[in-house]
Amino acid sequence: MFANVGMDLLYFVIFPGFIFTAVVGLLSTWVDRKVSARIQWRVGPPWYQPFADVIKLMGKETIVTEGSSRMTFLTAPFIGFAAIILVSTIIWIANIYPASSFVGDLIVVIYLLYLPSIAMIVGGSASRNPFGALGASREMKLMLAYEAAFLFAVFTVVVKNGGTISLGGIIGYQEAHGAMLSQGVSCIIAFIVALLYLPGKLGIGPFDIAEAETELIAGPYTEYSGVPLAIFKLSRAMLLFTVPILVLTLFAKTVWSPWAILWYVLILVFLILVRNTNPRLRIDQALKAFWLPVLGLSVLGIILAAVGL
Amino acid sequence: MSNNNHNHQLSGIMKWGFKKSPWVFHCSTGSCNNCDIEILDALTPQYDLERFGILLVGSPRHADILLVTGIVTVQSFPRLIHVYEQAAKPCLVVAIGACACTGGIFDGSYHQLGPVDKVIPVDVYIPGCPPRPEAIISGVVKGLAKV
Repeated sequence: MFANVGMDLLYFVIFPGFIFTAVVGLLSTWVDRKVSARIQWRVGPPWYQPFADVIKLMGKETIVTEGSSRMTFLTAPFIGFAAIILVSTIIWIANIYPASSFVGDLIVVIYLLYLPSIAMIVGGSASRNPFGALGASREMKLMLAYEAAFLFAVFTVVVKNGGTISLGGIIGYQEAHGAMLSQGVSCIIAFIVALLYLPGKLGIGPFDIAEAETELIAGPYTEYSGVPLAIFKLSRAMLLFTVPILVLTLFAKTVWSPWAILWYVLILVFLILVRNTNPRLRIDQALKAFWLPVLGLSVLGIILAAVGL
Repeated sequence: MSNNNHNHQLSGIMKWGFKKSPWVFHCSTGSCNNCDIEILDALTPQYDLERFGILLVGSPRHADILLVTGIVTVQSFPRLIHVYEQAAKPCLVVAIGACACTGGIFDGSYHQLGPVDKVIPVDVYIPGCPPRPEAIISGVVKGLAKV
């Protein structure tokens, strides 16, 4: 029994969990910054830049604003951070040992993925800063906008494979019948919806509305400094790795294969291109974009899946 | 360059991180806008300061370097103190331009409290009216060598 606890800790801290996800996530943010720099005809930062940023923030002073809610302000980043490590661990373990996945872990993953956004909202609201409060309210509206569409995309996958709600089951189905993407037009629609959800969830591209540095200083992060800010930056980097991996697990068979690297890089390049070619939307435009076309598309996908296409 | 002890000394890997990732905050305390435009020039793709990890941040809480331009006017004095106190330490202060360093042409006028180092400790002085972007970059690099 204790051996199992040791292995679980190892999973959580080293391989699919904290260290692995953090390193790959930070390297992904470097790819993002480097490619953006090349698009803008610049040289761009060296590969260790995101690591230097996080290490530097670890060494800086942590300031708590006078009159803010101290406990909430300081614990919020760690809640989101713990949630994203857990999500990454569950997804990778389900990919490596599909048999070990439990019924409903897909739902657990989706719930845990809310937590980084909620941590941002709570932290921004607790910081007693008008920019933080505005950023938090924008993030809340953005969550309302994108989550419904993504849920319908996930339901489409569940309907398609006969009602399995465990990641291991979905991977097993795809092992037997081929990747979800090749299962018909409804899955392709659901995949497109998931791709549109990614920039909203990750807060990049035209949907960096909550953090909007030209309008809101840094949104919910305005009052954060030192270690909590480093934790927020790290969670954002890990999210950039984990959420595309979840989408790949659902739609493109397993991520435990060499093809997955190519898939992940393609998704990353798609996100970077969208980010660099689209100006930031207003929050009402983002709501309209997600609720009418994207939600409509995802509902169409689920109806097609129910008829069997 | 002066030597003041308002920054606690960093060691080992933290020092490396600080040198490789200085985020700058731009604070104008009554300049004529000339030095500010040169700072923006230094941040353009032509010079591409992201090569050295330098980013412009909007919040003094995130700042590692305060770029202060202009002589300190009576009105901007409390704001400058505020911004300096809000910045998370360790934090370097760079005075950019003749007015911020010595008072320049505004020296002795009725609306000012003196150059920046009369108000907050300054680590690097970059003279010039305005200093060229190369001079600003060189000054910031020399300041980082002090950390």
